[in-house]
Formats: sequence, C-alpha cells, structure tokens
Amino acid sequence: MLTVEDVHFSYQSGVEALKGVSLIVKNGEFVAIMGQNGAGKTTLVKHFNGLLKPTRGKVRVDDVETTKTSVASLARNVGFVFQNPDHQLFSETVEEEIAFALKNFGYAPEVIENRITWALNLLGLTQYRKTSPFMLSGGERKRVALASVLAWDPKILILDEPTIGQDHQQKENLRQFIMQMQSQGRTIVIVTHDVEFVAECNPRVVLMREGKIVADGEGKDILTDPALLEVSSIVLPQIAQIFTQLQVPSLPKNVIDIYEAKTLLLRLLQRRQRL
Amino acid sequence: MAVIETKSLTYTYPGAAKPSISDVSMKVEKGEFVLITGPSGCGKTTLCRTFNGLIPQFYQGELKGEITVADLDAAKHPTYEMAKHVGLVFQNPENQLFALSVEKDVAFGLENLGFDRQEMRKRVDWALNLAGIYDLRERSPHEMSGGQQQRVAIASVLAMQPEIIVLDEPTSFLDPLSAQKIFEVIHDFNKKLGLTVVLVEHRLDLTAKYADHIIIMDQGTIRFDGATREVLSKEETRLIGVGIPKATLLYEMLKKEGVNLNSVTPLSSEELAKMLKEAMKF
Repeated sequence: MLTVEDVHFSYQSGVEALKGVSLIVKNGEFVAIMGQNGAGKTTLVKHFNGLLKPTRGKVRVDDVETTKTSVASLARNVGFVFQNPDHQLFSETVEEEIAFALKNFGYAPEVIENRITWALNLLGLTQYRKTSPFMLSGGERKRVALASVLAWDPKILILDEPTIGQDHQQKENLRQFIMQMQSQGRTIVIVTHDVEFVAECNPRVVLMREGKIVADGEGKDILTDPALLEVSSIVLPQIAQIFTQLQVPSLPKNVIDIYEAKTLLLRLLQRRQRL
Repeated sequence: MAVIETKSLTYTYPGAAKPSISDVSMKVEKGEFVLITGPSGCGKTTLCRTFNGLIPQFYQGELKGEITVADLDAAKHPTYEMAKHVGLVFQNPENQLFALSVEKDVAFGLENLGFDRQEMRKRVDWALNLAGIYDLRERSPHEMSGGQQQRVAIASVLAMQPEIIVLDEPTSFLDPLSAQKIFEVIHDFNKKLGLTVVLVEHRLDLTAKYADHIIIMDQGTIRFDGATREVLSKEETRLIGVGIPKATLLYEMLKKEGVNLNSVTPLSSEELAKMLKEAMKF
C-alpha cells in the first residue's frame, strides 16, 4: 500500500511542484495519474520509490517511511519505468540490462537466467537478447526498460507515460499486460496524457493541477466531466464527446467504453424505430 | 497537380541489412492535407526524410527510384534549396530550436536564404502572429513549455513560406488540449493559405478529421492510399493495427447490427453525433 500524507515538495530552484498532496493507493489497484504538462505528476510518482523525498509531509510504502530507508531497498517492492528509456538503459546487451538489478538483489545465476528468459518472452524481445539496447527503436527500448524492471517482480509498478511513441497494437499489448499484472495482485500506477488509452482501461483516475489533486475517482466519471478536463488541458475521449453532444436526457453521460456505447445506442434507436 | 511524387522509391540506411522503404509510389496533390500512418517501424519517418532530400544527402545510404518535390529532383537538388519549398517539423522540438530568442530562431532560416532586413521583419512577425506566440518573441525557447516550443518550431518553418509543410508526430509530448490547438492552426493554414500538409501521426482520433487523403504504410510499403473515409472504413485497415478513430469504429459496429445511418463514414465525434441525432428524430 502507498500512503501519501499532505506532501509538499520544492525543487532547488524554489519551484513548489507539490502543494499538499494526500493519496492512498491500495494493493492491487490500477491508478492513472493525469493532468497537464507541469502539474506535478512525475514529481509525485518519484516519491513512491524514494527518488524524491518530501519537503514536508510523509510518504509510506507498506508502512515504511521513504525518508527512513534507501531507494535500493524500496526498489525491491517498487519498480519504476521512466518516460524516456534512455534515462534508464546503459548495458551493452538487452540480456545484461535485465540481469543488472537481479545480480544486485543477489539472486542465484539459474534464477537470473529463468527470470531473463521469462521477461524477454513476455515483452516479445527474445530475438534481441544479445543486441545492444541502443540499436533498437524507441518503442522497443521502452519495452526493454519495462522488462528490466519486471524481471525482479516488484509488487508495485510505476510507469511514466508508457504509451508515448507506441502504435495501436503495442498499446493493446500494454493494456492486456497491465490487466494481467493486476489480476495477479500487483499495484500499477501510470502517469499519462493518453485519454483514449485510459478510456480503454477504465482505471481509477487521479487528476492533478498545479501541484494539487483536483479530482479522484472512477475513469468513467472523471473523463466525462468537460469543465474539469478543460482546466486540466485534457480533451474528452471520443466516446464521451459523442454522448455529450447527443444531449439525450435518457442516455447516461458517463460513458467512455465503446461496447457500452454500442449497447446503449442500439437500445435507444430500436425503441425510437418502434414508436 | 502533384507537388510530391515518388516512383518505386526504395531506400536502405547505411549498414542496414534490408531497405526501410521499398517500391513506394505515391503522390501528394497541391493544397492537400495528407495523413501518413502505420505501425511503428513501418517507414513513415524515412519516407518524409526523402521529401526535402535529407535522405540521401545527409543520411547517405542507397536510394533507388524517383522522388520529385515541387518539380525538383529532391535526391540531387541541394537540401538548402529544397528548404525553400518544403518545411520539416521534427518529432522533438528541442532538436530544432537553438537560438537565444524565439524571434532569432524564427528568423534563422530567412537569414540563410539572404532576405533583406525589412522583408525578414515582416515575415517573422507574420509567422509569430499566426502561431500565436508574438508576445513570446523575446523569450528563450529553452525556458518555454513543450507546447510553446512546438509552436516556435512550426513558426520557424512557416516564416519560410514553403509550399509544403511536413510534420512528423509534432505533438507527441503535449497534453491533449495543446495538441488539438496545434492541429487546428495547421488545418487553418491548409484551408486559408492553400499550404500542402503532410502529417505523420499514430493518433487518428485527434487527426483523421482534418485529412482529405490518407496513406497507410506497413513494413516499408504502402498498403492503402486513398480518401480518408474510404480507407478507414475498410476492415483490412484495422487488421494492420492502425488505431481507427472511436467514432468511425462505433459507426461500423452499429452498421453491423443493422443500424443504417444513411450517410458517409464519420471521422469525428461531431460527425457521428450529428448522424445519430438525425436518426433519433424519427
């Protein structure tokens, strides 16, 4: 469980990036943190594995305060995948990249071998085992970064902008992967601008603006609130746009799922045709 | 009249085992808004780099076939000359901006082309106004937000008044509302100034409604090339893994259930909402 209690954070430049944030993420939850550029999203999640420590307030991971432990020991439970994979990758081969953390955690060689094979297979990277990460495309490097974190099986997984530069199929793979992780009881926190991706996953959404949380709830309720989204520089997902524009009182407003939209519209159109 | 035309274009990067694009033949007509899309690694960025001669003149490698842009052979005509005709906006604005102030960045290309001071001033102000960043002209591009930087990159290209503007995922780092505003500005230029636009994008939910013409690439070749509505309503397009706009998908799903909306395939939520409202009147 992640517990954030009235956290304030100022960078050395004096910019106050977090202005009193409180949040609880329970085990097994899937949370998307959204908001415009500069809202404090990345700053907040960097507190979850102790990369940043609050200027005021407390962050606890399973009852351990992040100020009272090291990033290295937190890492065992909290895996962090950066927005830009180049900030993370450094090894000469994909295999070594994945082995690095496992060796540091002191796993036996045969366990390391198994974990590498498992992670490569999961992310469709087996063919690149001996390749340098820097020879791969941007999307592939992003998957190597993810594989290197997954390999040690952290309980909490934090993904910063995982869909940037990914095509439709890769996003679908990512969605299924997140669902699978969640069904195994892992906690997943993503930072994203990608409204269509969030609409497809329908996680809990935490909306941030100017260093504060301005909304927290189900994706389908937050992503269908035009006034709230506009001040956060987010547009409604396309399905929500259609339902807002229809202005039919008997239709619910909080629809973001295409299959739900189809069912509701069919029912309505068939009823009209019978009249 | 075609302003970009390729004939059997095949290109291999230096040291690569196989070509990144093969046997690509396509045309862009003057004043069109063309969207190029396809799965990662399909060759879209590579194709765009041939439009102003960066391929093969900067990247080297092996180019076969023909590429004609604004009646010039882009493979042979010097890149700085091509820049008068074709403006390229890259994925990451930081790769493009370097001057100490916004107006110096926007003026840079004009200085290189040897414009006199008065004409330069006029064009810089014009481009800054169009991109909505006139008030930021004395700021340093590096202290600005991603959205503002993207506008500077677009203004720098517009100041040259090229006939063709090529944009490679120009908003991938922006929040959705800023991205939408940028696409609206570009669409405006296309409609009001007759600028030919080539846009590379994955996110068709945001962009399909602006495009007259769409080209879908896969594994270095062109799979579909035609009117946006026709191409996006094909089942095969979806199977390649192209992210069809949700409004288009929902329309197709309803059609399969026997709902006849008696209209052309919608590309935006506005279009589909309008059709549904009509259908509900009866």
